[in-house]
Amino acid sequence: MQRRHKEKLIELIFLFNGVLVVLVLAGIFLLLLKNALPAFKEVSVVHFLTKPIWNPDAYDQATYGLLPMLVSTLMVTLGSLVVAIPLGVGTAAYLSDVASPRVREIAKPVVEILAGIPSVVVGFLGIVLLGPVISKLTGSYNGLNALNGSILLAVMALPTIISLSEDALASVPRAYEEASLALGANRWETVLRVKIPAAASGILAACMLGMGRAIGETMTVLMATGNAAEFPRSFLGPVKTMTSTIAIELGEVAYYTTHFHMLFAVGLMLFIITFIINLCADMIFHRHTRGLA
Amino acid sequence: MRMDKKIRMKARKVEFFYGTTQILHGIDLDIFENNVTAIIGPSGCGKSTFIRLLNRMHELVPSARLKGEITLDGKSITSADVDPVEIRRKVGMVFQKPNPFPKSIFENVAYGLEVNGVKDRHFIEDRVVSSLKKAALWQEVEKRLHDSALSLSGGQQQRLCIARCLAIEPEVILFDEPCASLDPISTHKVEELILELKKDYTIVIVTHNMQQAARVSDHTGFFYMGKLVEFGRTEDMFTRPREKRTEDYITGRFG
Repeated sequence: MQRRHKEKLIELIFLFNGVLVVLVLAGIFLLLLKNALPAFKEVSVVHFLTKPIWNPDAYDQATYGLLPMLVSTLMVTLGSLVVAIPLGVGTAAYLSDVASPRVREIAKPVVEILAGIPSVVVGFLGIVLLGPVISKLTGSYNGLNALNGSILLAVMALPTIISLSEDALASVPRAYEEASLALGANRWETVLRVKIPAAASGILAACMLGMGRAIGETMTVLMATGNAAEFPRSFLGPVKTMTSTIAIELGEVAYYTTHFHMLFAVGLMLFIITFIINLCADMIFHRHTRGLA
Repeated sequence: MRMDKKIRMKARKVEFFYGTTQILHGIDLDIFENNVTAIIGPSGCGKSTFIRLLNRMHELVPSARLKGEITLDGKSITSADVDPVEIRRKVGMVFQKPNPFPKSIFENVAYGLEVNGVKDRHFIEDRVVSSLKKAALWQEVEKRLHDSALSLSGGQQQRLCIARCLAIEPEVILFDEPCASLDPISTHKVEELILELKKDYTIVIVTHNMQQAARVSDHTGFFYMGKLVEFGRTEDMFTRPREKRTEDYITGRFG
C-alpha cells in the first residue's frame, strides 16, 4: 500500500516537471506574441517584412523594416556555417576514423568543453585578436564586421557539429566499413564514399543544431560585428543582427511604444526561425537513428 | 589418386595474437586453385580469424599481431611492404551478415570498380550486369537496379554482396559463414552459386554447418582451439577421419 503511494507520488513529480517545461515554453511564446501584436496596429506586417530600413528614431516617419537585420543574421549565420561545416565534419571524420583511441578519448571531451566558453569571452577575442587581424588583411576600418562575426560563430558552433557528427559516424555499422575495405578501397575512400553518406542525416542534424546555436547567439555578434544600422553590403562591412538589435535597443526604448512592441516582433521572428531549424534537425536526427535500427 | 591442382595460397607456421592472447597456433594450410576449401570447427576455434588473415582484414584491430607467412602464388601477402589494398583486390570477401551499402543495387556493384579507378561508364554498366548475372541475381533485380539495396531480402542481399565482390574480378573469394543468417532456400541458392563460381575462382568458405562443408567443398580443414587438427580431401575427411577429435566433431559428439 505504502509502496504504491510512493510510486504514484514519484510519477506525479515527473509529470509536474514535464508539464512545467512545456508550460514555460508556451508561456514564452505567448508573452512574445502578446507584446508583439500591438506593434501591428500601427505598422503593417507588409511594412515590417519588406521595408529595407530599420529606423525607429527617424525624425519624420519611423520605419521598422526587418530586412536589414534579417539579412545580417543570415549572412553571419551562413558565413559561420561555410567555415564550421567543412572544419567540423573533417574533424569528426578524423576523430572517428584516423585518430588513435587514446587521442580520441582526450580530444573529444576537450572539443565538448569548448562549447562551455562564455560567449562574451569569444566576443572579446573577436575585438582584440581577430578584429585587428582582419583589419590588417583587408584594410577595413576596425575589423568589426560580418566576417569577424562569422568566424567567431563558427568557433562556437564547432563543438556541436564535431561532437554530434562524430557520434553519427561512429554509429555507422562496422560492416559497411569492412565491406568497403574488402573491395580494395582505402581508408580515405571508405570514409568519404561510405561512412559520411551513411551518416549523412546525423551530420546534417548536427549542422542544423550548430546553425540554431549561431542564429540565436547574441553577445558575440554584438561585440564583433560593428552594429551599423544600415543595410548590409558585404562581409567586410558592419552588420547589426536581430539579436544585437534587441539587446541594444530594448534597454533604452520607452515601454509600450510601437518601437518597444516591434522589438518583441523581432524576437518572435527569431523564436520562429530557431524553432523551425531545431524541429527540422530533430526530425532528421530521428529518421537517422530509426534508419539504423 | 587424382592429381592435385595448383596451390594458390599457402599458410606457413601462422601464429596470431590479439594483444597477448594467442588465437592461432602454427597453422600450415594449402588452398588449391579452382577448389572450394572449407574451414570447419566449433565456435571460437579461430576459423573466422584465420580466413580474415587471407586478405589482411585482421589489421582493422589495432592489437592484432601475426607471425609466420601467408603467400599468394608464391609471393608473401603478409610482409609489411605489401599494400593490403592490393591484396584485397585479388582476394575478395563475403561476410557472415549480408552487408550491402545503403546505396542503390547498381551503386553497390559499381563501388568496387569506382574505388579501383575505373572511369568508363559503359565498362562499369557492363560489368555490373555481368556480375549480377554471375551471382544469379540479375533476373530478380533487372527492373529495379536503382532501388535501395536494403529493399532486397536477406538472401538477395547476400547474392548482391557476392556480385559486388565478383565485379572487381578477384582471384580468390573468401566466404565467412555466408549462410549463417539465411533461410534454407537462400542457403541452397548460395551453395549452388559457390559450386558454379569455383570454375573461375578459388574459394575458401568458413562454415558452422558440416553438411554444407560436405556438399560444397573439395578440401576441408578442421580447426579446434586455434590449431589445425586435420586437413585433407573432404570425402576422405568425412568418411575416414584420421583424428579422433575430427571424428567426434563431424559426428556431432561435441561442438
